[in-house]
Amino acid sequence: MIYQTKARIQLNKEINTGYYLCVVKSNEIAKTALPGQFLNIRLTADGSPLLRRPFSIHKVNGRDLEVLYEVVGEGSRIFSQKKPGEYLDVIGPLGNGFSLPTTNDQPRLPLGTQGGQGPTTIIVAGGMGVAPLLYLAEKLAYSLGHMAYSKPLVLIGAKTKNQLLCGKEFKALGCQVKIATDDGSKGFKGRVTDLLKKILPQAISHKPLAIYSCGPRPMLKEICRISNQYDIPAQVSLEEHMACGFGACLGCAVNTIDGYKRVCKDGPVFEAANITWRE
Amino acid sequence: MKPNLKVNIGRLKLKNPVLVASGTFGYAEEFSSFIDLKQLGAIVTKTITLRPRQGNLPPRTCETPAGMLNSIGLENPGLRSFLKDKLPRLAAYGVPLIVSISSERDPREFTELARALDKIRSVAAIELNISCPNLGKGTLISQDALATYGVVKEVRKSTKKTLITKLSPNVTSITDIASAAEEAGSDALALINTITGMSIDVASRKPKIAMASGGLSGPAIRPIAVRMVWEVYQKIKIPIIGMGGIIDTDSALEFILAGATAISVGTANFVNPQTTVEIIDGIEDYLKKNKINSLKDLTGSLRC
Ligand SMILES: Cc1cc2nc3c(=O)[nH]c(=O)nc-3n(C[C@H](O)[C@H](O)[C@H](O)COP(=O)(O)OP(=O)(O)OC[C@H]3O[C@@H](n4cnc5c(N)ncnc54)[C@H](O)[C@@H]3O)c2cc1C
Ligand SMILES: Cc1cc2nc3c(=O)[nH]c(=O)nc-3n(C[C@H](O)[C@H](O)[C@H](O)COP(=O)(O)O)c2cc1C
Ligand code: FES
Repeated sequence: MIYQTKARIQLNKEINTGYYLCVVKSNEIAKTALPGQFLNIRLTADGSPLLRRPFSIHKVNGRDLEVLYEVVGEGSRIFSQKKPGEYLDVIGPLGNGFSLPTTNDQPRLPLGTQGGQGPTTIIVAGGMGVAPLLYLAEKLAYSLGHMAYSKPLVLIGAKTKNQLLCGKEFKALGCQVKIATDDGSKGFKGRVTDLLKKILPQAISHKPLAIYSCGPRPMLKEICRISNQYDIPAQVSLEEHMACGFGACLGCAVNTIDGYKRVCKDGPVFEAANITWRE
Repeated sequence: MKPNLKVNIGRLKLKNPVLVASGTFGYAEEFSSFIDLKQLGAIVTKTITLRPRQGNLPPRTCETPAGMLNSIGLENPGLRSFLKDKLPRLAAYGVPLIVSISSERDPREFTELARALDKIRSVAAIELNISCPNLGKGTLISQDALATYGVVKEVRKSTKKTLITKLSPNVTSITDIASAAEEAGSDALALINTITGMSIDVASRKPKIAMASGGLSGPAIRPIAVRMVWEVYQKIKIPIIGMGGIIDTDSALEFILAGATAISVGTANFVNPQTTVEIIDGIEDYLKKNKINSLKDLTGSLRC
């Protein structure tokens, strides 16, 4: 079920220069929201700008939904000015969401009881792409939670250490976190996909079940290549400009091996191998 | 007393004048989460063609001041799959169904589509989206009065269903095309389709949508649409379905005052999927407040 609701803003604050966390209350959406799904938010009533803006569900906390966003243009700037107590016109939860490993996948898990094992899943976040991955990590951490080695390994990439987000939150879930920055101001110097390539040869002996990723398109294309090389399935969350966000306009097309698909409805999460990557 | 919102489009009787614009309402199911579809005056489907079309390269949309550009490229599953996979559900909503059709290469495809739809009881009317290439010419059918006359005339022979011709605003004289469609036997006109436009990303020096130019819609085009409805209303006798930038009751009433018998909500469905039902209530309130018993008395009642 998809809802259009007036959601009360509980909190909207700058957590890092240019980055905001907004908490809105929506019981219906919070109840069913899956990791990887998103909200389409109307930020103006006067039609300027006209269209809604899509934002990932960053976290669900009881009846509260969290959105982590960066101010990049007029819509997100208006978003950042909203005050607690105001109401947002929100449509959600939208899209398909990530699919989690099930207990059926466990035969593929490495035998062994604890410690010293490789991660069962790997999360790779590039820049703002970290937004939908925290909620995913939470679900992953508990989906196979009875196994000590089952927490996802999280790789976070950013331009510089100032743009790094959510490291603490992932650690609080018990995830191991590794950092890559383009300028080397923190962690590995280079791209997060290079960090992944460095780590995989060691992790591969306990072959991870899946790679989950969100970030810029070229990065996701590289994730697809790596997932092929190591034969680890990868799910990637894509962005495309959206007019409706709920499957009606056919405006958010992405080319796949099965023809054009709607990012808003058939995605935003796709098997990396199914995308016809261009650039 | 409850005012009478009923209107007639040809032989088609609608319980209210609020429709949805082709291509902005999917195949209706996408909106069932947001509104009770039964409340609509009629549903107009995304344009279908004889064969499936995969549509244009992405990116296909971008936002513009008070509007948006689109170049979807008539992505649709084609006639056969439409009849099999989409129509049964559409028919079950209990709302008059208007099927929009277009040709890809040869205008005779219109006739073939109309013939196929003519046999289907759940299809209440056929809308001709003539913003498609004109055989052997660099123009669109909708930009050529003779070609418009020819297509409508041929389709008219192949179906008894109510026939609506949808006009493009990308012309020098909208009234010439409107008259051609009327003379050829169209029961009604729908206007306007999108206005050709273009938007450029200066950082990359690339067009914002892959096809470079696309169709502009939304409030930005409303004054043009209202003017065209008004011009056409003075020239022709068949009913007009007005559209272009309608987002609320007042903008819907502008079209009705200018001469539209019914109106369609397009881009606004994306912004607020409840726009249609809000307008139905709003028109009723307006009639009550102004002590008008029937919507028909308001059509074309512009004071000037
Ligand atoms: C499924 C999905 C989930 C997203 N989740 C997040 C998130 O959690 N946090 C976050 O900060 N951003 C997220 N984005 C990107 C976010 O939607 C854009 O940053 C935002 O729309 C920019 O609006 P603006 O008016 O500030 O920018 P402008 O550049 O002025 O926007 C102009 C137009 O382009 C569109 N647009 C611009 N950038 C993007 C983009 N990257 N993707 C899609 N449309 C875009 C806008 O929606 C608008 O229609 C997500 C995008 C998608 C598709
Ligand atoms: C995304 C999109 C897709 C459209 N697809 C069609 C179509 O398939 N057939 C058609 O006749 N008109 C199509 N239109 C045009 C609309 O039906 C309508 O004429 C136009 O958008 C003006 O109305 P609006 O400003 O209320 O959107 C489309 C418009 C949009 C925005
Ligand atoms: S944004 Fe309209 S179909 Fe995806």
